[in-house]
Amino acid sequence: MVKLTQMTVHETLDGLKNKQFSAVELTNEYIKEIDNKKELNAYVLETPEIALNQAKKADSRYAVDAARALEGIPMGIKDLFCTKGIRSTACSHILDGFVPEYESTVTEKLFAAGAVCLGKLNMDEFAMGGSNETSYYGPVVNPWQQDKHLVAGGSSGGSAAAVAANICAAATGTDTGGSIRQPSAFCGVTGIKPTYGRCSRYGIMAFASSLDQAGPIAKDVKDCALLLNVMSGYDEKDSTSVNLAVPDFTKVLGQSVKGLRVGIPAEYRPEGLNEEISAYWDKGIEMLKNAGAEIVNISLPHTKYALATYYIIAPAEASSNLARYDGLRYGLRIPGEHLDDMYINTRTEGFGREVKRRIMIGTYVLSAGYYDAYYLKAQKVRRLIRDDFMKAFEKCDVILTPTSPTAAFPIGDKSMQENPINMWLNDVFTVSVNLAGLPALSLPIGLSSEGLPLGLQLIGKAFDEETVFKAASVIETEAKFERLK
Amino acid sequence: MAIDKQTVNRIAFLSRLKIDEDKTEDTQDEFNKILNWVEQLAEVNTDNVEPLSSVNDNPLVCREDKVVEGEQADKILANAPVEEYGYFVVPKVVE
Repeated sequence: MVKLTQMTVHETLDGLKNKQFSAVELTNEYIKEIDNKKELNAYVLETPEIALNQAKKADSRYAVDAARALEGIPMGIKDLFCTKGIRSTACSHILDGFVPEYESTVTEKLFAAGAVCLGKLNMDEFAMGGSNETSYYGPVVNPWQQDKHLVAGGSSGGSAAAVAANICAAATGTDTGGSIRQPSAFCGVTGIKPTYGRCSRYGIMAFASSLDQAGPIAKDVKDCALLLNVMSGYDEKDSTSVNLAVPDFTKVLGQSVKGLRVGIPAEYRPEGLNEEISAYWDKGIEMLKNAGAEIVNISLPHTKYALATYYIIAPAEASSNLARYDGLRYGLRIPGEHLDDMYINTRTEGFGREVKRRIMIGTYVLSAGYYDAYYLKAQKVRRLIRDDFMKAFEKCDVILTPTSPTAAFPIGDKSMQENPINMWLNDVFTVSVNLAGLPALSLPIGLSSEGLPLGLQLIGKAFDEETVFKAASVIETEAKFERLK
Repeated sequence: MAIDKQTVNRIAFLSRLKIDEDKTEDTQDEFNKILNWVEQLAEVNTDNVEPLSSVNDNPLVCREDKVVEGEQADKILANAPVEEYGYFVVPKVVE
């Protein structure tokens, strides 16, 4: 028999409903498994007592047939989400000991649907990074070929690794430039960044507010759909959340893609693209074609400027958002003689290298004399990037690309440590989507010759996650990717 | 446009961060590397292009101006590193 922890969310829900096991038994299995896999460093805080308490309540609901959408499902929560009464640090030293007095809207919705909180998951500090190496709590180890010590990707590295290693049934993630999709690809799991405005950002520590979105990371497409059903929806506490009805995303799974127009952007196959990734992309195209989809060649001409645009806009917004960490109201405080000394001491000690780098770049591009040349220019190119997608979507319904230009790389990779731009290049296929505010999902397509997972990305029109899910479910069925046991 | 040591220190101060004396040069190099790289945007023609600050087309909604969650000073102060008499404590700001 398969272990309880290896099951998907939908399989687990069936098992709970049919009383094959209880939520408490299930939660205990996960707690044991977390203990067995400590060396992954996926959790930065475990909350077994809270989890068992929630599981008991879930069991009593199953007993009276009053189960909610995710009743008894043990989840891990990215440490970027504020969880009431549970330490939340964004994996930064500057938020040492911060225990929120309130709950983020997304986690509130999940717990109100019966989800069980196993703990807080590791991530790059303030979600700034692509390898989970900027975390104050150290890097996450990718569960694939664990002895090789590869990165789990980032910034939601703990979330993707925990799902892959079966130490949570599903996890929350956030995505500002690829932080759900790239770690999902590196760890062989499925994750979706919904349309900007689909999920409330309330209670999620802000990195780049015009780009940040929450989303699920899970074992398969259906689990992502089930979770997104719960996580989505208008919230008056987030003025950028959009007041639109949330469809049942699971309804489209398994539907025919006959006649669906799938766009293949030429710019995503630059010279020198990894051959294996290129071949898997072709395989994905073939799968959709065989299922009756129409393949359309499209062009997104400003793609090559997306990274530079992103690395102006995201740091600019970050420098403003992170100004709040001042040693006064929460977290770390390093004393200083005068107010400015205290600010400087606290921030210098509290922020890690990558975060400081981005705060300074952001401060520079927003400063008098440079604003127009950098920030305003980037915002203009951002419009051109978005317009590229709008034009492309006149010719197609969904876009298929690789998720990342490489598979997982070793922790401590020299070229990336020496030049931050090399690390940023990982985001080449994912950042445009955030700049344009579109939904995009990454799912595993197969293993590299070295046995590491590779992912494909499906990009949809704004608020058309349904088409993304529909196409993803076709590829998933064909790819028959084998998850880690 | 290459930036000098003085600018690096000015940006650090604006960011309320301190760069150690012996790290200033490295920071300056790194900064210039990054700025050179983003400089590529200059080749994009953006004449008559409106800047895009938000992908949300909907206008921002204003809520009614009334207190929804008030009287929670204790909760607000709960995480303060230093608190006295129901206030955040700051170091001396006036001589």
